Amino acid sequence: MTAAVWGVVIAAFVASFVEMVEATTIVMAMGFTRGWRSALLGTLAAVGALAVVTVAAGYAIATWLPESVLQLVVGCLLLIFGLQWLRKAILRASGRKAVHDEDAIYQKEVAAAEAAGKGAGGLDMFGFMVSFKGVFLEGTEVVFIVITFGLNAHNVPAAALGALGAIIIVPAIALAAKRPLSMINENMLKYVVGLLLASFGTYWSVAGVGVFRAGHQVLSWPGHDLAILVLLAVWFALSRVFIAALRDRSPREQEKVTA
Amino acid sequence: MRYLKAFGQFWYEFVIGDDPKIAAAVVTALAVLVAALSIGLFGEVGLTVLGGVLIVAAFAVTLFIDTRPRVNRDR
Repeated sequence: MTAAVWGVVIAAFVASFVEMVEATTIVMAMGFTRGWRSALLGTLAAVGALAVVTVAAGYAIATWLPESVLQLVVGCLLLIFGLQWLRKAILRASGRKAVHDEDAIYQKEVAAAEAAGKGAGGLDMFGFMVSFKGVFLEGTEVVFIVITFGLNAHNVPAAALGALGAIIIVPAIALAAKRPLSMINENMLKYVVGLLLASFGTYWSVAGVGVFRAGHQVLSWPGHDLAILVLLAVWFALSRVFIAALRDRSPREQEKVTA
Repeated sequence: MRYLKAFGQFWYEFVIGDDPKIAAAVVTALAVLVAALSIGLFGEVGLTVLGGVLIVAAFAVTLFIDTRPRVNRDR
């Protein structure tokens, strides 16, 4: 495998890993409090719905969207996702936003599950619906990452392989640990994913702007694919500068950013 | 209509998220790059570098807005 293919596999794996940790936390909270039957059925239903969405979205994008437009649109979306994650990572690292706590989220889900009343039917609809919604929402992001990374790199199987690795590994870790995955440093993972998505997103969105010139050819970065590594280094260096600057600036007047 | 609204809401939250400033920053930076392209400001290499610089600058502006000191109006 070339470095570019490894990059797609690793990027898809790490991004999917973070989403899977969040989905697993929700399913575990429902399983331990409302029963595993409803939690697992909700998960299976969400996986089925995701399969339909994946096939429909993949077919529509590959069939109807010209490649140059695709590069611009998905580049923009990846960049928006990446910068949102990077923004939160910078604000958390500089002490301006509360750190993401998987244990606290688990306890919140458990409290909500315990407070909800039991239905009369055989299947616990609360556990089913919360599991379904959690897996479907986080899974949609995984599907989106696989489609965009895969189509842009002309290698959907590589992106799917990375995502599949995360889909297998995260539940396996949770099953072995039998508790929420708070031991995983999710804040650090989100920082890494933010850097990756921002770098790939910058590369593709800027290249995609070429659709506005005569001939509609994408803009070519100096060094081609190697420019992604340069962008990664630039985003990393800039994020450290932002973190240091925000830490230094009036620490006593710091306000937690609510968004 | 309710389902249509929920569908739109889902995609808004999925794409724009909890901070519309980021999406606005990305669109603004790329719009400026398109303008630079259309007037032939730079060559191909210059345009890609300009695009990168514009995106970084736009992101820095959103961070500045998020973290700027706020005046306490209650005093």
